[in-house]
Amino acid sequence: MADLSTETGGIRSPNPFWLASAPPANSGAQVQRAFDAGWGGAVWKTLGTPIQNVSSRFGGHAIGGVRGAGFNNIELITDRPLEVNFREIAQTKKRWPNNPIIASLMVETREEWREIIKRSIDAGADGLELNFGCPHGMCERGMGSAVGQEPAVNERITSWAREFSTVPVLVKLTPNVSNIVPHGMAAKRGGAHGVSLINTIKSIIAVDIDRFVPEPRVGSLSTNGGYCGAAVKPIALHMVAALAREPGFGLPISGIGGVRNWRDAVEFMLLGSSTVQVCTEVMLRGYRVVEEMRDGLEEYMRSKGFARVQDIVGKAIPAFSEWGDLDMNYETVARINASACIGCQLCVAACHDGAHQCIHPQQHTRVPRIDEAECVGCNLCQIVCPAPGCITMERVDNGHDPATWNEHVNHGATLRPKKGAH
Amino acid sequence: MPAEFPVERSETAFTDYKLPLSPAHAAAEAGRCLFCHDAPCVRACPTHIDIPQFIRKIANGNDRGAAKTILESNILGMSCARVCPVEVLCVGACVYNDLEEPPIQIGKLQRHATDRAIDEGWRFFQAGTPTGRRVALVGAGPASLAAAHELRRLGHACTIFDRRGFLGGLNTTGIAPHKMKADRSVTEAAWVLQIGGVDLRTGVDIGRDVALADLEHEFDAVFVGIGLGADSRAGVPGQDLPGVLGAVEWIERMKLGDAGLAGVRRAVVVGAGNTAIDAVRELRALDVSHVTMLYRGTEDAMGGYAHEWRAAKVAGVRAVWRAVATAFEGTSQLERLQCVCVDESRTPIAGSQFTLEADLALLAIGQSRLGSTLAGLSGITVESGIVRVDAHGFTGRPGWYAGGDCANGGKEVVNAVAEGMTAARAIDRELAAGGGTGRMGARRG
Repeated sequence: MADLSTETGGIRSPNPFWLASAPPANSGAQVQRAFDAGWGGAVWKTLGTPIQNVSSRFGGHAIGGVRGAGFNNIELITDRPLEVNFREIAQTKKRWPNNPIIASLMVETREEWREIIKRSIDAGADGLELNFGCPHGMCERGMGSAVGQEPAVNERITSWAREFSTVPVLVKLTPNVSNIVPHGMAAKRGGAHGVSLINTIKSIIAVDIDRFVPEPRVGSLSTNGGYCGAAVKPIALHMVAALAREPGFGLPISGIGGVRNWRDAVEFMLLGSSTVQVCTEVMLRGYRVVEEMRDGLEEYMRSKGFARVQDIVGKAIPAFSEWGDLDMNYETVARINASACIGCQLCVAACHDGAHQCIHPQQHTRVPRIDEAECVGCNLCQIVCPAPGCITMERVDNGHDPATWNEHVNHGATLRPKKGAH
Repeated sequence: MPAEFPVERSETAFTDYKLPLSPAHAAAEAGRCLFCHDAPCVRACPTHIDIPQFIRKIANGNDRGAAKTILESNILGMSCARVCPVEVLCVGACVYNDLEEPPIQIGKLQRHATDRAIDEGWRFFQAGTPTGRRVALVGAGPASLAAAHELRRLGHACTIFDRRGFLGGLNTTGIAPHKMKADRSVTEAAWVLQIGGVDLRTGVDIGRDVALADLEHEFDAVFVGIGLGADSRAGVPGQDLPGVLGAVEWIERMKLGDAGLAGVRRAVVVGAGNTAIDAVRELRALDVSHVTMLYRGTEDAMGGYAHEWRAAKVAGVRAVWRAVATAFEGTSQLERLQCVCVDESRTPIAGSQFTLEADLALLAIGQSRLGSTLAGLSGITVESGIVRVDAHGFTGRPGWYAGGDCANGGKEVVNAVAEGMTAARAIDRELAAGGGTGRMGARRG
């Protein structure tokens, strides 16, 4: 059986599934129920000077009838007294000594950091996560993403945390930056043991078209919130991978952003995450979603022959390349398996209106014809096709040796003739 | 014209066989639609409703827009949503059938949108600028209603004649009540005519009260949508006994009043077309315990839809294949049918006589054809009682058009609607080109 135990930055966990710092990790009773359900670890709801929240706080983005495909919130850090939080951390650790609790922290001054770190460790926290990511409410007060967007501030506060902490320090990064790498590097210079990303994305989730007010609505007003949920996964995957492949970086990563099943988790792991954190899927469906995540990961590892989580981590990073290093002479065309085709002709509409006009309806059959001489191998038809095994992208041997754009520009490598560019 | 039907009718005992979708179910079902290109469902619809487009509107919370899309192509879209044999039309053509996934429930989605249009009084269409031209529509069934609505949009004044006192034709009197009841058809017809400018002359039997040719004095064009006539008789001894009725006649009685089933325990329906299947299902639903369908052919060759016959079998109807009635017998009222088996060439097989006890026999072996009503008008061809028309419903006599059952021999409501709308556009073109019956000019013979 595959071994699901893992670690990120020295924080060991029986499995890679952690609750992200968020409402599902708000209290001891919740975190203990989560551990009962099988979660590996929990990043406690961010501790700091307790705040007061508004109602309402959450907004959902439904896509094609799927509620909560995207999600946002305008909730702030913990609103519960610090001593209650610390007491519950201690109680939870006593019952679950092997499941890591990571204290997410957000305060302002050096002295406040010293104080809250000491109390967190005293309560039994296995690690710290510095919340440099929250994009609403706290950043206006000079915390959260206001820190994460300034590498110098990030580095300074991270170094304070290292100075005061006896447990591993993770820095949680905000995606509300144009390039994630300098921010990861700042955390590294500050001495972080690892990073977690992404925090939520600055967003307006929706607008109430009857009241003319954005959502979530607080009386007659709204404000921007943090976007998360399944729909943000592609952005998160890119930022995780951008750091994982950065030669000078090398810190462990706890991946966050749209993980809703084992498959998402595997993707984060293949791009360099040694643990993943989950919030939205738990908020939508509860702690027991972890059963499928654990079981699916185990089945995947068994089917691929991976013994340990670490065998997967970063396995797709070598294949994450720059555009200029892609083989321009690699050629594919779409092929339709007529016996699997159901004649919906979604490919015809997609190719004609959205691609290169090379899929054509035919007179005496609903099965379309592909003009391979014009097909640029874009994948669009395969993406829209609802019939399993119908459209495949087939490699074409065009007789050209591999050649990248960079090789072409720098060394005069020969590129195949363009297709569909007339 | 208000419907003057009794509140308590035999048909009111029926509930819908296909239940309406809840708004949530409609949205979920609509969300499954693939939005096919050149969609097979649209091709399968005689009125070519843009089905993917209306379903997409439902999926996105725009029921009103969905209704507009449907009704633009088929003004009787509410009826058709309920009475169309979708299993062999749009739903049967859905590509999901080939994926072995349930096809989209197009009829139910159409009902979802069009029920709201009727019940909430949504209006989408205005009468066109008056042309000063007048069109007579003979018969108030689906073909004429659809033609009249289209003609009004094009600005022509319309007059509908019908021998009955209510609108809807066979859509009112002949639809299986588990699909639609009479008052619903009448409500829809009234909604259609809210476009205004349609003069109704009911209780007028054209051809008897008014000579057909006389319409040319008053109208620039005539659309004939008179449907089919009375049930065909079997030509069998005893067919005039009380207890032997035409199926269409009985169905109308059941829909508009009392079905007259007191004391009826055994019923035989002769024929195996869709009228026969409707009748056997209705008899079972009205608690006639022994219902038998008697057909001279085999199950494979029956005229009715297979999905309808399956439902009849589930309801407990039995069939006797390859047999015909040779006599209806009884002292003062039907008591039994004498029958005989027939071979493949429908020749009686010697010694195969048998008796079916029955209190009621319904003849569902076809309806008479009314085309001969028109036979006296030069330029109009009537073959086997069917009015010959071209692809636009034109009869060959200037200004004269026909559609629906009288011209197609008896098809679905949706075919009648398609033919009515097509003819209306052709009438408009003919009138715009200065043609027509010649009301304003010289008479033709």
